[in-house]
Amino acid sequence: MNFAALLRIALRALAVNKLRSALTMLGIVIGVGAVIVMIAVGAGAQKRVEEQIRALGSNLLLVMPGSTTAGGVRMGFGSGSTLSEDDVVAINRELPEALAAPALRGAAQVIWGNANWSTQVFGVTPEYLDVRQWPLLAGRSFEPAEMAGAAKVCLIGATVAKQLFGAADPLDQSIRIKRVPFTVIGVLDVKGQSLMGTDQDDLVLVPIKTARSRVLGTASAARNRTVGTIWVKVADGLDTKVVEEQVRSLLRQRHRIQAGADDDFSLRNLAEVMAAQEASSRVLALLLAAVASVSLLVGGIGIMNIMLVSVTERTREIGLRMAVGARTRDILGQFLVEAVTLSLIGGLVGVLLGVGTSMMIAELAGWRILISPAAVALAVAFAFVIGVFFGFYPARKAARLNPVEALRFE
Amino acid sequence: MLIHTRNLVKTYRMGGGEVRALDGVSLDIDKGEFVAVMGPSGSGKSTFMNVIGCLDRPSAGQYALGGRNIAELAGDELAAVRNRSIGFVFQQFNLLARTPAVENVELPLVYAGVSKKQRREKAMAMLARVGLADRTDHHPAQLSGGQQQRVAIARALVTEPLLILADEPTGALDSKTSLEIMALLQALNRQGMTVVLVTHEPEIARFARRILAFRDGHVVQDEMNQALAA
Repeated sequence: MNFAALLRIALRALAVNKLRSALTMLGIVIGVGAVIVMIAVGAGAQKRVEEQIRALGSNLLLVMPGSTTAGGVRMGFGSGSTLSEDDVVAINRELPEALAAPALRGAAQVIWGNANWSTQVFGVTPEYLDVRQWPLLAGRSFEPAEMAGAAKVCLIGATVAKQLFGAADPLDQSIRIKRVPFTVIGVLDVKGQSLMGTDQDDLVLVPIKTARSRVLGTASAARNRTVGTIWVKVADGLDTKVVEEQVRSLLRQRHRIQAGADDDFSLRNLAEVMAAQEASSRVLALLLAAVASVSLLVGGIGIMNIMLVSVTERTREIGLRMAVGARTRDILGQFLVEAVTLSLIGGLVGVLLGVGTSMMIAELAGWRILISPAAVALAVAFAFVIGVFFGFYPARKAARLNPVEALRFE
Repeated sequence: MLIHTRNLVKTYRMGGGEVRALDGVSLDIDKGEFVAVMGPSGSGKSTFMNVIGCLDRPSAGQYALGGRNIAELAGDELAAVRNRSIGFVFQQFNLLARTPAVENVELPLVYAGVSKKQRREKAMAMLARVGLADRTDHHPAQLSGGQQQRVAIARALVTEPLLILADEPTGALDSKTSLEIMALLQALNRQGMTVVLVTHEPEIARFARRILAFRDGHVVQDEMNQALAA
């Protein structure tokens, strides 16, 4: 008996119990759909992380002030003010392979005309744009004279530009930050979300000296030269790890920390942070894969169950087929094809469901998804294997029936 | 000699003991005979039928069908013998539900590997032969009991077998229809087909030319039908 004939018999048998066949497929449908969604979302997340790493550069170090202790209460990292602009100058002088840029952060209300917007204000140096690899969309960066003279000029992010100016051109306009008028000299290019999910375009950059005296500062903060964070970019082709250690020993030396004592700052390698994040997204994908496999397994058991019922119900039919000349392999093939047809149809419906769900997730949740043909093929192949695996036992049971007893079966 | 058996024995294990369903049956049936096998239930007539039909293997003894030794054959070889040499007619018709009459008739040819076109031609011819040329696309549920049994007979004939084995073919039919089916079998026999019929009803056995009676696994009576001989 050829395959087309077997397939026709299988489809006719499945059509007899349409609801039952559909319910049996459901397990496979859900399993395959889950596999497709899992791979689409996982691959999308991985792709996003990869792009961010490429955008951010894998050669960035982030230095933050260490913790402080006030009355026995230990504060977290960043609570102290152990980093100063002199540290930045020292890094840039002592370590030619590194480029350091400080940042001082604060929140402020910015106003233009009758529009206003609450955003982050960063006091930075011109090197900051090089270190973060943030290109300008329009305008220019800070001039040395503006840095030295604490000029009231600023660069704004794309979100701020959109919120304050809408379609208008922000260049050379005067905006007020905490009631101090600033001239917009440049607009930053769109950067999107950071790894932590914050909007990297919702910010205003001003010269660090200006920030200290005009925007964020108190009188005491203006006198000392503390900074919030220091970003260090390692020159291309150098081992980030080595430079990380050089920065660490330089800062320890400058801060006069005894050998064996803890750092009074925290130094993080962003490549490592992102690698950890990538690993965690991989763990999540694995977890989803496990859930999907369980669903496929349950679906397979459902197919086996229904095929066993079907074999019992059709015992007389099997007996008759044997009487008119069906060989063992004909009966085995008939029921195996039926099981595989169930699982394959379920698999194809599952692919449609999975692709549809993935697209819906992309649409509604705004997640990045990536549907690869290989993943779809893998899921369908898996459904096929499940059909063969769980269909084999019932099919063999049918093929091993004794024709005399099968014909007599009531 | 079409059917040739010597000391055919079939034993079943049942509960603790052994049941000898066939206990040394030796008989010959010639090509073109019409034999009725009679006997009460448990007499061994069904077992005889299953062994003759190659559905079951004898425990001991010899059985040759058309000169070929059957007792030695394995499962798939028996299936091939059933496919090519034997046409079965059952009490419950055993037609495939939701399947047109013509496809039911085609079924043995499917397993014989006959091409689709040839299958259809042969099946149509056989349905015409049993008087159902106008019912080829009907499903069993749309046919009367007598028509269903005619479809089953067409299915038995379609491979041009050596013999037709009919197991209580009228058991599920009313008496008028029963007579029609028996007349059909009789007509086939007159055209040269060997027919072996299992029944417990004397008025059905009457259509046969030779009557065998079974009791306790033995053939207790083997005689020509006097009514027809006359």
